[in-house]
Amino acid sequence: MTQVVKSKKPRAKKAKAPAFSKETYLQWYEVMLRIRRFEERTLMMYGQQKIRGFCHVYIGQEAIAAGLVSAIRPEDAIATAYRQHGIALSRGISSKACMAELFGKKTGVVNGKGGSMHFFSKEKRFFGGNGIVGAQIPIGTGIAFAEKYKGTDNLCVTMFGDGAARQGALFESFNMAMTWKLPVLYICENNGYAMGTSVSRTSNVPDIYKIGLAFDMPSEAVDGMNPEAVHEALAKAAKHIREGNGPYFLEIKTYRYKGHSVSDPGKYRSKEELKEYKDLDPIKVVENKILKDKIASEAEIKAIKDLIKTEIDEAIEFAENSDYPDPSELYTDNYVQKDYPFLT
Amino acid sequence: MARKIALRDALREGMSEEMRRDENVFLMGEEVALYNGAYKVSKGMLDEFGERRVVDTPISELGFAGIGVGAAMNGLRPIIEFMTWNFAVLAFDQIVNNAAKTLSQSAGDFNCPILFRGPSGAAGQLGQQHSQTFESWMANVPGLKVISCIDPYDAKGLIKSAIRDEDPICMMESELYYNLEGEVPEEEYLVPIGLAAVRRQGTDVTIVSYNKMMLVAKAAAEELAKEGISAEVIDLRTIRPLDFQTIVDSVKKTNRLVIVDECWPFAGVSAEVTYEIQKFAFDYLDAPIVRVNSADTSLGYAAAFVEEFLPNPAKVIEAVKQVMYVK
Repeated sequence: MTQVVKSKKPRAKKAKAPAFSKETYLQWYEVMLRIRRFEERTLMMYGQQKIRGFCHVYIGQEAIAAGLVSAIRPEDAIATAYRQHGIALSRGISSKACMAELFGKKTGVVNGKGGSMHFFSKEKRFFGGNGIVGAQIPIGTGIAFAEKYKGTDNLCVTMFGDGAARQGALFESFNMAMTWKLPVLYICENNGYAMGTSVSRTSNVPDIYKIGLAFDMPSEAVDGMNPEAVHEALAKAAKHIREGNGPYFLEIKTYRYKGHSVSDPGKYRSKEELKEYKDLDPIKVVENKILKDKIASEAEIKAIKDLIKTEIDEAIEFAENSDYPDPSELYTDNYVQKDYPFLT
Repeated sequence: MARKIALRDALREGMSEEMRRDENVFLMGEEVALYNGAYKVSKGMLDEFGERRVVDTPISELGFAGIGVGAAMNGLRPIIEFMTWNFAVLAFDQIVNNAAKTLSQSAGDFNCPILFRGPSGAAGQLGQQHSQTFESWMANVPGLKVISCIDPYDAKGLIKSAIRDEDPICMMESELYYNLEGEVPEEEYLVPIGLAAVRRQGTDVTIVSYNKMMLVAKAAAEELAKEGISAEVIDLRTIRPLDFQTIVDSVKKTNRLVIVDECWPFAGVSAEVTYEIQKFAFDYLDAPIVRVNSADTSLGYAAAFVEEFLPNPAKVIEAVKQVMYVK
């Protein structure tokens, strides 16, 4: 069964009767606001050189993380790329552990060993954080292989950007996942640019979802600026996968407000284009809907804002006050074997 | 009771025993199932274990190596067979950037108990792309362990240890010697990773080698014995971690060292052994260490090139005489 939805630019939707519960709207709002504020502070801290290395923020793409929170189960696995802070936060990894990791502190989610690109949490079923463009695509496929092997009904959400969609690893993975009907939900977060190269400059076929059609994989394009649309697409795909039908591919069209990384001013795109997307800002859209449709009160929105502000302030304080790892930790976690004889 | 079996049968016995022992072990690769293995290493395994656990893949080395990495991170113990390590080059991203680094990146939260295996080294007139030796490539990478052996007893004992190991492992076999027979006990045993074996006792010179170059080293030692030169021959069996102590102990006795290494010379296994031995046994050496490697070239097709390229007993004998200052 193959389903095609015409690719289109996302448009702000007119307010209509809420399709989701109050709890869901507030959950989305909280998840998105946490990511936005976390990333804004991340950029500030980078400016102060508290955070070093490569650093890619998720600002603009939050609706995808929100949709994942409501549509995917905690037992499901997630593997993603290096623009991962938002997804990690949405999985329930704490702001403190994430910020401390960015600071390179031993209290970080991976003890200061991963930095911005490599968060992992077995408890939260978060399989990284991969710094090699597209490398997580076969890995996520393998995580799904293991779920099928063990006979669970869990799936693996395997996320990648539009740049990674051009890697050979994707084609190999799609082919095997469809051949073996693996429970994997592939998500291309198409934010329009592979670093500085626009999607239309990377292929003769700019509609990325069409790649799945070559494998008879159900494939759709989704408005990624609205958690309602993201949730609906994810839930439908997840149901299809859990029923044993094999993989599903969603090209979720989104936008990053900032450059590729902190060192990129993003001069390859126009102010008008940026404004067009900022007008669709998922946090504003959800906040407006909550208030306009009287889903929750202004006081409830303010309470979430206050909660997040306090949380991020505390995360910064926690990161600041934490210790750096001892240099001897360089030699831990290279091998499970405890007495591995390193050369000196 | 020991019986003689071939290298391919020893490898298959090791894999099959571990698959019977642990439901989470599976074999994946090109032609491993229905075809019974490109070199018949997995012959009969599909019949015993079924297609859930013996999995034929399309020709997608990067893809199925990565599927192995993901499966290993998620609780399984994959054996990923490459038809040759030359093809594994396509999968180096998954071996080097992912399998080797998962434990470090996740600060120990996820390990990657995966075995990548297949033949390494030249195997006749196969030309430039099918004749490479990968031990030193993989052994350069922290996070990986590298096994390279040819003796059927070692192969079975080491592949079983490798499958049970919690770290990612690269195992190098030999296309030309899957038929090589050796004594292998009926009863179960393991060979520990990281230990070399002294194959021949000697007093005048130490010859260190591994994999099929062991046959060259042993042949040279036999010839040298006829000339009254007593060579001690060490089989490394594991390249990373490398058992330098066994070499140091031998060199303290013989005071001379020759390394026979199918890797190219530059930054190869022989270079590392040479460094460590000069560091730990400098005062015991009576001559500079000499190595016999494959030529520092790509290997062309013609038979004359193969002969010129590879170490052979005559080259090893010449090297031994060089370190012994005899003509």
